[in-house]
Amino acid sequence: MRQMIGPFLALLKRDLLLAFRHRGELANPLLFFLIVVTLYPLGVSPEEALLRKIAPGVIWIAALLAALYSLENMFRSDFDDGSLEQMALSPYPLSLLVLAKVLAHWLVSGLPMLLLAPLLALFLAMPTPALTVLELTLLIGTPLLSLIGSIGVALTVGLRRGGILLTLLVLPLYIPVLIFATNAVSAAAAGMAVTGQLYFLAAMLVLALTLVPLATAAALRISLS
Amino acid sequence: MNDPEPTLQARGLECVRSDSLLFSDLNLSVRAGQVLQIEGPNGSGKTSLLRILAGLTPPSDGEVLWRGENIARRRSAFLSEVAYLGHQLGLKAELSVEENLRLSLALNGLSFSHESLAEALRTVGLTGREDTPARALSAGQRQRIALARLIMSSAKLWILDEPFTALDVGGVSLVETLLEAHLSCGGLAVLTSHQTVRIDRRLVKLPLA
Amino acid sequence: MWTFFHKLASPKHFYRISGYLISWLGVITALLLLAGLYLGLFVAPPDYQQGESYRIMFVHVPSAWMSLFIYVFMAVLSAIYLIWNIKLADVMASSSAALGASFTFLALATGSLWGKPMWGAWWVWDARLTSELILLFLYLGYIALVSAIEDQRSAARAGGVLILVGVVNIPIIHYSVEWWSTLHQGPTVTKFDKPSIHISMLLPLLLMAAAFQLYYFTVLLIRARAEVLDRERRSAWVQEAFSGTEPR
Repeated sequence: MRQMIGPFLALLKRDLLLAFRHRGELANPLLFFLIVVTLYPLGVSPEEALLRKIAPGVIWIAALLAALYSLENMFRSDFDDGSLEQMALSPYPLSLLVLAKVLAHWLVSGLPMLLLAPLLALFLAMPTPALTVLELTLLIGTPLLSLIGSIGVALTVGLRRGGILLTLLVLPLYIPVLIFATNAVSAAAAGMAVTGQLYFLAAMLVLALTLVPLATAAALRISLS
Repeated sequence: MNDPEPTLQARGLECVRSDSLLFSDLNLSVRAGQVLQIEGPNGSGKTSLLRILAGLTPPSDGEVLWRGENIARRRSAFLSEVAYLGHQLGLKAELSVEENLRLSLALNGLSFSHESLAEALRTVGLTGREDTPARALSAGQRQRIALARLIMSSAKLWILDEPFTALDVGGVSLVETLLEAHLSCGGLAVLTSHQTVRIDRRLVKLPLA
Repeated sequence: MWTFFHKLASPKHFYRISGYLISWLGVITALLLLAGLYLGLFVAPPDYQQGESYRIMFVHVPSAWMSLFIYVFMAVLSAIYLIWNIKLADVMASSSAALGASFTFLALATGSLWGKPMWGAWWVWDARLTSELILLFLYLGYIALVSAIEDQRSAARAGGVLILVGVVNIPIIHYSVEWWSTLHQGPTVTKFDKPSIHISMLLPLLLMAAAFQLYYFTVLLIRARAEVLDRERRSAWVQEAFSGTEPR
């Protein structure tokens, strides 16, 4: 088989280039992330002790919602203009191309969330050891969100109003990530061990990296047929 | 691949879309140097048939054979020899002509030099447009980018859905010229078109219902 | 043997064979249900800890088992459909979805009813109830996806992929929820732990489980038959069978 790295890099490069050409829109999911977090002190209570307690959950739930918000773009444009079709006609495995697109999506929508985390930790009175673990969970968790989400997007990309359905399909699958990520951060804040939780997240990431591209590719072919 | 001769065959194809039967028990055969034109009124399943032949849609019954083998079984080998031009051209509006073509060819494991790009653009009438973003071009010009993609690929089988769309008289004869050249090099083509296709080669017609 | 399955997979034969099976299955289901309910409600002694209210477990536990069984069964059917393209497998999978969702809902409702006399609340975030709730979302997601896609074949294949993804996730979700639950409620037993199972309680429980199982298959066959008729309505055997004016 010819070099697989060629098309993978070409597609990754193209998606990053396209994101750059739309760079005005790049900040939107991040702003969404920020605003959702700020709603909690406003809607619940600005009391420090309470905020500190709910901070991991608040940040991670906001991250889930922001991920859902940005997921729609993963395949929509390519589906509409026929680029996805051309990818499905490539002799290279569609799962390889999916991996390139998911990676691009994460680099553009997921990774920046790590940059925002310190600000959010400040808003929610999170202690520093917890912040480090928060960044770690985001580092392992956000690629998971992009990966798992890609299956839902692939299944619904052909539908006219797939947005709400996407949420229903993807959120239950996000729950394990939510549970382990938030617990890791809470444990860190309390000075307890976090290795177990992080290993579990890493294991999920590895599993997702191997299985998800195949499922997403299958789903894309179904949406294209 | 066991058959050295490039041939496309279909046996007993059936297509059901949204609960209605478009066609069933359809057979066809295209040899090297031949072009098959699918004819039929709107909604008769022309595009569906082309998509089945390209491997995009699985038929509800029957099989498609390339070089004697079922395309679903040796998918990668088949896809490396086929080029599909559908209603949607597969071009990104924000990318330039060159950037679009770079990706399209990379997806097939091919790359090109500036010279070969310039040559291809000259053939399709887009000289000097390497860096123009696709959105700045007219529909006819975008169709020509897709044609450039066709000739730069090494595909033996061309599947073209309404390739004359948006093209002026010059564009139409360009497509016909490209087809002739492709066929005389041993390639095959399947296409649909509302208008008459004028080529010297063996043109076989297949009417749908 | 293989020809038997091949015949069964043909819609026409399935229609005929299932017609016979349904009445038998229905009768056995009713018998098992009566036996189970009688033993469970009248014969089994009251639990020394929970008194009479534990009896709801005879409905709650089998429902929960069925909700999980049906999902896994749907996954197997979907795999069969996606790999071997046997349409009957998809008919059975899609006919099972509403049943699976209903059992899940029943498990949740009975869980809630059980919780009220025990813990004073209509809902508790216990591991099993939470897992059941997430399972309900998975079922609803499947149903929503399949009904949103217009082309029937694509809908079937998309649903199949979703169910297979879901079935891989179920152990992960279950483990996560269990883990989460022990964190927040300490190492004490999960609230809906069955009381120590005595044979007088085990027997009705198993009878009820068997009854629910056969109930599922009975209703599944009824729904699948109707679905098969609908899908094959254009074919010769359906036209023949229903061209007369006599009601079936």
